[in-house]
Amino acid sequence: MQSTSRRGKAPGAVRASILGLTRTLSIPALAVLTALLIGALIMLLSGGNPLVGYVALFEGAFGKARSLSETAVAATPYVFAGLGIALGFRGGLFNIGVEGQLFIGSICAAGVGYAVHGLPWFIHMPLALLAGCLGGAICAGIPGFLKAKTGAHEVITTIMINYMAIYFTNWLVTGPMQDPGTIVPQTRRILATAEIPAIWGAYRVHWGTVLAIAAAALVFWLLWRTVLGFEIRTVGANPDAAKYAGIHVGRNIVITMMLSGALAGAAGAVEVLGLNHYFAPSFSIGYGFDSIAVAVLGKSHPWGVVASAFLFGALNNGANLMQLRTQSPVYIISIVQALILMLVSADQIVRRLYRLKDLPKGNLATPAVATSESALGTGKEAKS
Amino acid sequence: MVALALQVKGITKRYPGVIANHEVDFDLRKGEIHVLLGENGAGKTTLMNIIYGLSMPDEGECYLDGELIQITDPNLAISRGIGMVHQHFMLVPTLTVVENIILGVESLRPRTAFLRQLSLLDLASATKRIESLSKQYGLEVDPAAYVRDLPVGAQQRVEIVKALYREADILILDEPTAVLTPQEADDLFQVMRALVQPRGDKHGKSIIFITHKLKEVLAVADRITVLRGGRVVGSTMPSATTENELAAMMVGREVVLTVPKGPARPQEPVLEVQDLKVLDDRHLVAVDGVSLEVRKGEILGVAGVQGNGQRELVESLTGLRKPVGGHVRILGQETTLASPRRITELGTAHIPEDRQKHGLVLSDPVKDNLVLNTYYRPPFAHRAVIAREQVADNAARLVREFDIRTPSIETATSNLSGGNQQKTIVAREFSRPIQLLIAAQPTRGLDVGSIEFIHGQLVKRRDDGCAVLLVSAELDEIMALADRIAVMYKGKIVSVMPAEEATREKLGLLMAGVS
Amino acid sequence: MDMRIIIGLFALTLVKATPLTLGALSGVFCERSGVVNIGIEGMMLTSAFTGFSAAFFSGSALVGIAVALATGGLLALLHAVLCIRFELNQIISGTVINLMAVGVTGYFNRVIFSGRTVPGVETLPRVEIPLLADIPFIGPILFQHQPIVFTTIILVFLVHIVLFHTPWGLRTRAVGEHPRAADTLGIDVFKVRYINVVVGGMIAGLAGAFLTLEAVGTFEKLMSNGRGFIALAAMVFGKWSPVGAFGAALLFGFAEALGVRLQIENIGIPYQFLGMLPYLLTIIVLAGVVGRSTPPAASGQPYRKE
Repeated sequence: MQSTSRRGKAPGAVRASILGLTRTLSIPALAVLTALLIGALIMLLSGGNPLVGYVALFEGAFGKARSLSETAVAATPYVFAGLGIALGFRGGLFNIGVEGQLFIGSICAAGVGYAVHGLPWFIHMPLALLAGCLGGAICAGIPGFLKAKTGAHEVITTIMINYMAIYFTNWLVTGPMQDPGTIVPQTRRILATAEIPAIWGAYRVHWGTVLAIAAAALVFWLLWRTVLGFEIRTVGANPDAAKYAGIHVGRNIVITMMLSGALAGAAGAVEVLGLNHYFAPSFSIGYGFDSIAVAVLGKSHPWGVVASAFLFGALNNGANLMQLRTQSPVYIISIVQALILMLVSADQIVRRLYRLKDLPKGNLATPAVATSESALGTGKEAKS
Repeated sequence: MVALALQVKGITKRYPGVIANHEVDFDLRKGEIHVLLGENGAGKTTLMNIIYGLSMPDEGECYLDGELIQITDPNLAISRGIGMVHQHFMLVPTLTVVENIILGVESLRPRTAFLRQLSLLDLASATKRIESLSKQYGLEVDPAAYVRDLPVGAQQRVEIVKALYREADILILDEPTAVLTPQEADDLFQVMRALVQPRGDKHGKSIIFITHKLKEVLAVADRITVLRGGRVVGSTMPSATTENELAAMMVGREVVLTVPKGPARPQEPVLEVQDLKVLDDRHLVAVDGVSLEVRKGEILGVAGVQGNGQRELVESLTGLRKPVGGHVRILGQETTLASPRRITELGTAHIPEDRQKHGLVLSDPVKDNLVLNTYYRPPFAHRAVIAREQVADNAARLVREFDIRTPSIETATSNLSGGNQQKTIVAREFSRPIQLLIAAQPTRGLDVGSIEFIHGQLVKRRDDGCAVLLVSAELDEIMALADRIAVMYKGKIVSVMPAEEATREKLGLLMAGVS
Repeated sequence: MDMRIIIGLFALTLVKATPLTLGALSGVFCERSGVVNIGIEGMMLTSAFTGFSAAFFSGSALVGIAVALATGGLLALLHAVLCIRFELNQIISGTVINLMAVGVTGYFNRVIFSGRTVPGVETLPRVEIPLLADIPFIGPILFQHQPIVFTTIILVFLVHIVLFHTPWGLRTRAVGEHPRAADTLGIDVFKVRYINVVVGGMIAGLAGAFLTLEAVGTFEKLMSNGRGFIALAAMVFGKWSPVGAFGAALLFGFAEALGVRLQIENIGIPYQFLGMLPYLLTIIVLAGVVGRSTPPAASGQPYRKE
């Protein structure tokens, strides 16, 4: 402290901010490291070779241009879905329904993608994307509305809608929307005009990745530069004060849920429009649930979400090569991801393990998730 | 030689940034009422928590019946005969009186084997014991009632019975009169007197009575110890001191007990309330046909014991709670069912009762809290985008004007002291043109400096032509500030009188429902 | 309608309600002491897997059940440590458990059983209670079931007695409503919470054992299928009381049984819509009823001593 003051303000401030940044990053980094170590232990105990495994994982994620492209492809839905969950967190809502919203968004985009003809690409593609967002928004808006009107806790209602959405899309692709040319449950291929094009020659990475990063910038701007963002954050941090401040809390909950759902819907839509070009129920590997960890690891900050989404993308992508080389099932990555969520949220564990100093209270890594009423089924009416 | 029930020596307790107790010496004789007097934050509660085993001192010793003892947890304190009635009652509202009383000593053994905890409860014999205790000391309680249905006075009796049920010989009463009418307080003092009477050849109970109300001290104390800033500043007897002397000891200087203010010049009514009816959270009638008006240039004080509908009244006037009947008009406009925003935009300022719950977003920086209800309109926002420079400029200006002590305008308000949090709210509410000010318990829990500042601000607003509605449970505050005084009892305004006609006794009786 | 179909429908309702009831009882234990547990789903899934594996390798259903109970208890201990010791947001902690369950069961299912078609284990034997089982109508509905169904009904009443008529239950309720008050009376808030959460986890473990050892005799990927969450809705609907939760679970179980029945009848409604029934019913119930029920006041909040 003394040395910085003697050196004068400017370098001290720079140093403090660098120090602050390393401090902010050290916990997540150590959490990821620890989770990987525990994962290694599990592999070792079940007869795998973690060293070979992790080398393969790294190679699979970053080894070649193609692996880099695949990592970006895998990260893209995580960015959108993670942003959706992070936005909900900021508004005090826990949207666990992202998985279902992803399904609905995805099938809406596919429907518009193959059924609407005769549009130029610059209208058709955005239209399909918008349809996906809208589907997700409606899917999330229902639990939002129920919470605002009746106090039904969004955690249970969104999970129920997940299951319903999965059943519903399953019916669509085995019934009215099934590709007539096949017996496989999937939709027809979308038209070329609805496709989000690839960025880079023969690689699969597409402009959807760029869209995802743009979405992060948009969410940042929304949350910290606009009136609506001020309201979302105020409702999230203290709903009582928000009411006092004249904010319509119930309406705000619905809006936040719909925005969150729209981002989740975009995650599903971009998978269809940029990558698969049709909808099949098997497209999601549980993005919606993993994204909770993405949002928490990213501390519900848009740029943090982008970073952790790429980490998760890399893990998932690299795991394929790992399974190929070591027979360690890709599921090990799900375990590692759960551990990351645990260690980032309970940062005290990490601090204790690595003998770091405790931060003062209030600087918790876990975002404010409706802390005032996190009991399930709380009957508090959010009407105002 | 007087027998000491309890003695502590050299107690020091530090919390980050504060020394809550500094080398405190204190003793309690058997069968006496020893008053511990001090301002909010003087360290009274800290000292009692140490004695009760809720926190451990950093330094110091504690003797019970002359024996050195370390009270490491409440279990030990209870088993050694210490009972505490906390300022905020420690009762579980969803349980019955008898369940609350036997909780933790269901089988009357401090350490029961785990399996014993799965045996069936014996409520009948517990009820019998409670009834006999309540008869013995004149503490009327209904063992079968649910605590949530009891008025505060009855809850307090449950708390005392709870301590007696555990065979407490030392009773700590932490600010027990804060929630009582003067008459209920008198009843409590009688119970305390009964408790300290010797029974047969046994000593009576010994009582530590914590308060910051001077009048009570002289009425009930055998001895008085005064704490200030965590230190003992003096000990005395009621016969050897006066109220003013105690006040001076308590705050460390001669206190001005009155607020300097000129006569009011009331003009046309700003707030008109007619036959207002409001329900509380449990859907029971809390405000029952209230009519009142507040005029430009006057302070109307609403006196009353907490929980008589004041909170619901304020919430309904400010749009936070929808009334079920009656009318509210502000500046001639109907606002009965208006939203908080519309009421604010009509020129109403609201200093809410619970500043941390309603008044501030604690995790947000000071600058955002200073625009909490104006963020959406010019100059702070243009076309749905926040004007960050204006928000920062506004904050810098208000922090200077209202002397808010904060490291920076970016600091989260949770890091500010209570006084500075309240100043942040006051600064925000006074930073726009206002015609009506509704202030609920504006000085609760603040230090003397902040109280003087806020009192001064209220009077200044009045003189600037604002209509002020002041709701406070502190009778002294009402009497010092109000031009007219309304007394609220069980949801009704039972009387309105000019301040000159009000006396403590008169108000006290009205507050207790005696008219 | 044929009497046998009605009897079959009600008997099936009881069977379908069993894991929901157990899940709800697990939730009651946790939330009554102040800990929200959305990890019940994951606890069920994991113990379904471990219980099955243990029964498969040991050849004993009892070993399977014991392992399932232990698994539920251990996961609950993790949840308890995270929520109580590390003051983790309880919903996040539950999510950790759920994610972990998917990973762990997926991973070990491949490591242990990959390449092999998993032959099932024999499901628990059906028990007919002498005399009672012969009562017409009631008998076949209530008294001809497998052991975990019976155990569940007994547990409902047992939990009711523990919660409302013993010192432990009194302490549990106090800790869930007003932990500070309990603390000032010398009750160890943390201990009460730890024990309740772990006991709740073991009950969730029994629900897992039901899924594999009693219902189908084999393990399928993600077979808990949201039952842990529906169970929580049943708990809320039942106002955090064991008997009420049982009633709610019966309602949801009926919806599921009806779906199964209608699918067999083949009345032309796609099976996906029938499958949605319990989930839809859950949403309706939550939206319609919950507005008027109040959870234990301290549930969801970590307790911190001063």
